[in-house]
This record gives sequence, C-alpha cells and structure tokens, in this order.
Amino acid sequence: MTATYLETLSAGQTFWRNLAEIPNSDRFRMCIQCGTCSGICPFGKWLEYTPRKTLAALRMDEFEEVLQSNSIWMCVACAACTAACPQQIPTLDLMTRLKEELLLTGNVPAELQLALENSRRYGNPMGESPKKRADWTTRLDTPVPILGKDARSVDVLWYVGDFASYHPEGQSAARAMVKVFQALGVDFGILGPDEVSDGDSQRLAGERGLFEWLAIRNGAQFTRRHFNLIVTTDPHAYNAIKNQYPALDICYPVQHYTEFLYERLDQLQPLLTHEIEAAVAYHDPCYLGRVNHIYEQPRALLKAIPGVRLIELSHQRDNSLCCGGGGGGMWLDGFQWEKAHSRLSEWRIRETVAIKPLEDFLSVVRTLMTKPKSNGKSSLPDTTILAVACPYEKPRFSDAAKVIAPDKGIQVLDIAELLAKAIA
Amino acid sequence: MNILVIIKMAPDLVEELSIDASGTALDTQWLRLLPNEFDEFALEQAILLKERVGANVTVVAPQADGIEDALFTAAAKGADHLIELTGEPENLNNHALARAIAALIPALQPTLVLTGVQAHNDLDGQSGALLAGLLDWPYVGYVSGVQIVERKAHVRKEYPGGLLAEIEVDLPAVLGIQASDEPPRYVAFSKVRQAMQSATIEKRDIGVLNCSGGTVISRMFQPEAKGHAKMLTGDTQEVVARLVEILQTSGAV
Amino acid sequence: MSANILVVAEHLHGQVLDITYVMLAGARRLAKATGGKVIALLLSENVQALSQNFNADIVRSYNHPAFEDFSNDAYLHVLEGEVKEEQPRVVLFGHTTIGMDLASVLSARLDLPLVSQVQRFEALNFISQICGGKILAEGALPEPTALVTMTPGGYKTEEGQGQNPPIETKQAAGVEKKRARLVRFIEPPISDVDISKEAVLVSVGRGLQNQEDLAMVERLAHALHGAVSASRPLVDKGWLPTSRLVGKSGKAVRPKLYLALGISGAPEHVEAITNSEIILAVNTDPNAPIFDFAQYGVEMDLTELLPALLEKLEQEKVS
Repeated sequence: MTATYLETLSAGQTFWRNLAEIPNSDRFRMCIQCGTCSGICPFGKWLEYTPRKTLAALRMDEFEEVLQSNSIWMCVACAACTAACPQQIPTLDLMTRLKEELLLTGNVPAELQLALENSRRYGNPMGESPKKRADWTTRLDTPVPILGKDARSVDVLWYVGDFASYHPEGQSAARAMVKVFQALGVDFGILGPDEVSDGDSQRLAGERGLFEWLAIRNGAQFTRRHFNLIVTTDPHAYNAIKNQYPALDICYPVQHYTEFLYERLDQLQPLLTHEIEAAVAYHDPCYLGRVNHIYEQPRALLKAIPGVRLIELSHQRDNSLCCGGGGGGMWLDGFQWEKAHSRLSEWRIRETVAIKPLEDFLSVVRTLMTKPKSNGKSSLPDTTILAVACPYEKPRFSDAAKVIAPDKGIQVLDIAELLAKAIA
Repeated sequence: MNILVIIKMAPDLVEELSIDASGTALDTQWLRLLPNEFDEFALEQAILLKERVGANVTVVAPQADGIEDALFTAAAKGADHLIELTGEPENLNNHALARAIAALIPALQPTLVLTGVQAHNDLDGQSGALLAGLLDWPYVGYVSGVQIVERKAHVRKEYPGGLLAEIEVDLPAVLGIQASDEPPRYVAFSKVRQAMQSATIEKRDIGVLNCSGGTVISRMFQPEAKGHAKMLTGDTQEVVARLVEILQTSGAV
Repeated sequence: MSANILVVAEHLHGQVLDITYVMLAGARRLAKATGGKVIALLLSENVQALSQNFNADIVRSYNHPAFEDFSNDAYLHVLEGEVKEEQPRVVLFGHTTIGMDLASVLSARLDLPLVSQVQRFEALNFISQICGGKILAEGALPEPTALVTMTPGGYKTEEGQGQNPPIETKQAAGVEKKRARLVRFIEPPISDVDISKEAVLVSVGRGLQNQEDLAMVERLAHALHGAVSASRPLVDKGWLPTSRLVGKSGKAVRPKLYLALGISGAPEHVEAITNSEIILAVNTDPNAPIFDFAQYGVEMDLTELLPALLEKLEQEKVS
C-alpha cells in the first residue's frame, strides 16, 4: 500500500484497519448479524448503534454517522455481548475503541470528563488528595502495614483500589478485609499513598493513554516492593493486573481475595463461629465472573458461614446482570439516567426482592419440617442479603435498594464484611 | 487575528495548605499547583474564537511546577504557539507578570488578550487589568462570553443577581474571563502526549523583575475558626434524629 | 498628600450596592487611624437619593450622562484626576465586577501600589483573605497612596450607613470617549422562585456529583417548604438556572434556615449567606470553611444523609 492510498482512506476505513491491533480481530469479519449481542446488552434499547449495528455500519463504511451519536456512553462494558457471541467476536473491544474515537474528538459527558481529569491529576477519579489515600487505615485497632520503598518483604501486597480507599462504603469493606487477613495471620501490606487507580475503568471508558500512564506508575511502585503475590478486593483491578498490565511489561501473580481465601478455606472455616441467619443472594460481578470465570470460590466462602442460606438469582454466573458501574458507568449516572430513566442496579434489586415469595414458601416448608426452638421463637432467617465482591456494587445496590425497596430490609454487603462478621 | 492567552498556576485547594517557616508565605513543600481555573476558561474561549473566526492563539505562562504539562495540554486543545517565561518565578507577582507580558506585545501583536479574571491567590490585583493599564488598552472583566462582530469584541459581562450586560469593545483589548461560552473541552491523554512530541515551548527569560506596585506580607496565617459549627456525630440514624429536632425547632418543619 | 480615604461607591440601576457600605465602614476605621476624612466618590446624576445613607464626611459627585451605564473609561478618567488631585492615603474599590475593572488598571496607569481581597483593617494594616478563604495575609498599607479592593464579610453594612452627608458636585470633562460601550442589559429569566425571599433554602454545591441526585434535594426542599439554591459550580454546569445562584455573582439571601449541602464555603458564597438565621452545613471535608460559618455541621456525604433524612421526615409527618 502506498502512502497516498492510506491517505485516501476514510476515517471509517482507517478505524477498521486499526482494529487489527485487537487480539482475535480477524473475527470481526465473521459477524453474521444475528443480533445476540444487541439482545443481551442491558442498555441495548438505548444504544443508537448497538454492537450489531456498529459492526454493520463499519462494514458499510458509515463510520462518520456512528461517530455522530453519543449513545455509546450507555455501554457499561459488562462484556455480555462478547460472552454471548456465537462467533466469539471481541465485541466489547470494538465498543471500547469507539469510545476512544469519541474521546479524541472531545465528545464526552461532563461527569466522565471530570472523573478522567481527576484520575490524571490526583491518581483517583474522585479528585481526592493522593496523600489521603490510606487515611481509611487510621481508625483501625491494629495498624495496616504501609510498605515504604525500603520495606521488608511481605507475602501479600494488597492492592486496595480507589473506592475502597476513599468511599465510605468501600472503606467499610476494606476494614472488614483487614480483620479477615489478620484473623488468618496473612503477612500483608499496602502501597498506601503511592498507589494510584488501576486504570481499568478509565481504559474501558476510552482513555487508553491514561490507563497506560496509571499502570506504569503502579508498575514502578510494585518494582520497589518485595512480595510474592498481589491480592485485590477489586475485580477491575484484578482484571487490569492479570490481563492488561502484562502487555506493558508489568507481570505479577494476582488473585482476587475470594480466590485467595478459598485456597485457605480449611484455615478460615474454624474461625467462622458467629452465625449469620440470612438468605444470601450472591451477585456475580462482571469482571470477576463473566470476564475472569471465577464463580465457585465466592459461593464456597458464603456457604462456609454458619446460618447462611445461599440463594441463586435468576441471572447468575456468566449471565449475571451488570450493576451499571463499569466502562465509565460510575461517572455516567446522570447521562444514563437522562436516556434510560432506569438503572441496572435497580433491575438487580428487583430480582433480589422477587426471591422473597420463594423464600416465604421455603420458610413455611422448613417450619413444618423443623422443631421450633425452646424459647418459642422461630429459627428462620428473615434477613435478605445481597452479597457482592466488587466495590462499585455496594453503593450502587444500596442506593437502588433505598429507592425501590426501602421496606424490604435488603442489606448489601461485601463478602469480606460477612466473613468479618462471622469471625468472633 | 492574533489572540494571546495568559495562564498561571495556582495552589490546589484539594490539598491542605500550610504556612512556611518564615510565616509570610505558603509552604511549598507539599503545595500542589494546578492551572488557575479562570485561565482554563480563557484558553477555551480563545480556542472557540479560533474555531469560529480563525485566529492564531499564543499561550504564555510564567514558569512553575507543572506549567509545561499545562502548555502542552493547551497545544493539544489547539493553541498554536507556546511561551514559557523563565527567570525568578517565586518572586513573581501580578505587577511583574503584567510588565513582562507588556514587553512581549510589540513582537506578538495580539488583537485580543484573554486571561482569567482573577486567581484565588491574587494579592496585588489582576494581571489582565494591570496589563491593560500598562498598554492603555480597554479592559472588561467578569466576561462570560465573547463574539467577534465586525472587528469588535461583543462580550457578556456579569453583574450581581444574574444580570448580564452586552458590551461592545474596541480592539485591541484585554478581557478578564469568568467563564467561556462552552465549558473547557476534554483532551485525550494520548493527544497531550502527542503534543509533547510535536509542540515546542519557546522559553523567554523575564530578566530583572519589577515587582513594584505589589504588596509586602508581614504575616500569613490560617483563620481561627471563630465559633465553629456544632458537629452532629453518631451513626446516620442518630444524626438524622438530631437534625430533625433542629429543623423542628427552627420552624422549618 | 492627604490623610483622606477615598471610597469608589458602587451603584447599579438606581440602587446602591451593599459593598459600598462595607467600604464606607472600612474607610471610617482607616480615617480614625489617619485622622483624615472619608470621601465617597459617586459618579451619577442621581447623587442625592443614592448617597442619603452614606456614612461619609463628604460625597463628591460628578455629573455626566456617561456615568449612567457601563463606562470603565469614563470612571478611570475621573478617578485619575481625583487621585492625582486629592492624593488620598487609601482608595477603596469593591472586589467586584465593577471595582476590579478599575483598581488594577488605575494601579498600572498611576504606578500606585494595589492590595486585593482585603477583608478588614487593623490600624493601617490590611488583612486579606485568599485561597478560598483558607489563608489570611496581613501587611502594612503601602505608602503614600494605597489602592485596595475590598471583599464583604469584614464589616456589617450598618456600620457604613449614616445620614445625608454633604455633597460636593464637580464637572466632568473628557469622559465621552468610551472604548467599551453598553449595548444592552440582559435580565435574568424570571423564574417562579426568588431565592432572596425564601425562608428555607436547601443549597447544593460541588459535593453533588450526580445530576439526578438533585431530585432528592428537591424533595427535601419541598418537605421543608423551601426552595433549592446552589453555589456557582452547579449553575455553571447548567444543572440549575442562574436565578438560583447564591453568591457574589448571584443573590444574597436571608433565610431562617440555610442548608449548605456539599458546599465548601468559599468567600464568594459565604458573603451572600451571612444574613441567614441558621446555617446547617453538610460536607465530607471536616476542614471545609463552611463549618466556620455554620451553626451546625455534619461530616457526611450528602447522598448518604439525604435519603435517611427524607425517610425520617416522612415518618414524622405521618406520626
């Protein structure tokens, strides 16, 4: 191809050629326009260019029109489209590339713009002072080791993440994690103020450059510490460190805390002595479940807690419903609300509430089958808990529960919090 | 037309501020700087004018921590020419800055100078207005929109109570920008990185600073809270209960 | 060189702006220290009515149609002459959209030192409030003539008020040339609510990060029979109209109850709420300046507090 030929390519044709950089991009040509991706997309109804239509438009070189629409910002990067595609097309990567194109033209909703600018300036999307990133550790009974640059070596480097560091609900899950680690005698430490955002949500929101910059900064901090394993409480960070950082030559073994604890279940089980009488529905986070195939370990941990009865929601495992926080969704609430007037998190809460009738039936059956306690009170759980394992989910589901089911008593708790409660 | 934009870095109020050992200035050790918010609006307004009427945009800034990043970002947004004023940045006040820029005007020949109407750490007036005084050019501040109509600037000036005045200004002029017609655009990180490769920052030495007209600070300190709010503590339910009590007593409920 | 204090009075559409009285109060303090007189400079044909409540020793007025609407050049022309002739110890301007257009230009033209963001004086020392109200800077007022821009908040307007001071009228020549001319005023859109008249205001600031959380704020305002107002950032984003803006460029309010949610308390905002009876502030930053002005404070995220508060108010209503 001569230089002049490349110059004559339209923007769409250039974009199409650049897609070749995506792994498995040869599969884009195999799209049969079946529409499964659009059908399974949770916000598909509000996407002017659904995944299927986007591919069709590209193939017809109508890319300019696709770029005119800003409905791509409805995409929450849940990867349902990719998981469902019969041709195994990396559809999510296409949607992400589209966001990258829009960002280059400056077409980005204001809330997301602020989150990206904050990430650049402060290393976190909230715009909080980086010096305060480890302040959440100050009110704990036992200190959390913050690994300085010349520190001793530890077994586990716990990558905490933005929300766990700065958001009150994330911080409460982080404190619970500390309790669990300490109960198990885990030799761990955190980066503290040297940690910056893992960058995965920024990447999925179309800021590839920003993601790389954040990743390289974290990578530099990792090289200055001595540890055997990274454990993280954030599936987005897990995904970043496991699947995205290696391409930047940042390679470390990493586990999500549910994997880590599952491997130590025989040590953990005897410590779980406090009963939690509840029906617990587990929500599979997109980036733990569907994208990284971790389904059974979180469930095993929940089942290990005495008193817990694990319930499966109708959308589960690779079919789980996104909470709506990914792909920049955490910072697109206003934009997405304007278009959809509904929230994915509320959908999920409705599903949780819907298990109640089944619960009531089961509880009747159990009453008939068990002897009542000597004090005459029933031993049946009347609490419903939605168990989560991703820091975006807690605030999103709590808010949704407050809005649409305020009187149903649904608690939203991270698995770590449940484990911590079960440890005397 | 040539547009000159003046930008400055200012202390970031997200971090806690402290006073240095001399007791007369801010401690710079942990001080984080960011571009003065109003200067960002001024830059955006300049780029908007460039897009609408065609103009050459030069951005000039005094040396400070992080200024190069701010200048390259300006280039990524569309600025054509970048100038960094080097010299004795710590002692630079607005009067000295205005004089340094006044010295550049004959070479740059701008028709319009845009800068933020103020910065929160201004103690000796505002650089835009000072510059206008030195050049004897017309000045309008608190501007939240600029159009070029038949080689004059039509600006919207803000008054209290949401009142606006549309004012016609003869050019050349200096405008103190409060807000741009549109909010400052987002520029992708990769574009800034590209600008770092392709754009150059011209460095000009300020020479001997003339700070006269400024102020001498004998003491810098943090306000003692005279009467701090009575903080309501406890868990959410306790706080809410107490709040409702207060609301009821106040007659609001 | 006189010991007199010159105050550049501000007026708009036939009303004296409050900052004028604040300056007069400051001028009175300075005059005590210098032994000089307070001279209010009022450029308007309507001088009698406008100056009747000035606490000044003399009101010096210039009559000319050129002063009736926007006229930086006209004002500067007169000011230059006045300052050269009078050689006052201090010239006070408002740190406002009017005063700031004049003070710095004059400082450069006449090569006179200028101090800005001054809140109050102690003898012949100024105290300025900078960095969003977080830092105070003190120094001696430069000699022989210091130009000063003053912010409100240091003195009460009552202190600057007096009764019918004597008026000196002078002729203004050469003020016709205006390089910036008023084309028209654009009045703010009439909204159903005049926040300056509301008894309860639920006000939101930068701490409100998601636009649709506004609905919750509206519900709270409704429950308290009040109105929603805002500080600058939300109005700039277009989430609320300018008619709801509380602050230096917006409206000054005097409600019985002012709830400041996610508002840091920068001086430009605080100056407009000092006449509230009760200020209750909610902010995640315990060091937010607003807590120095509020009677009650809660260190919490407003999105956490509001749902619980709304619930409780509902319960109270029912019971």
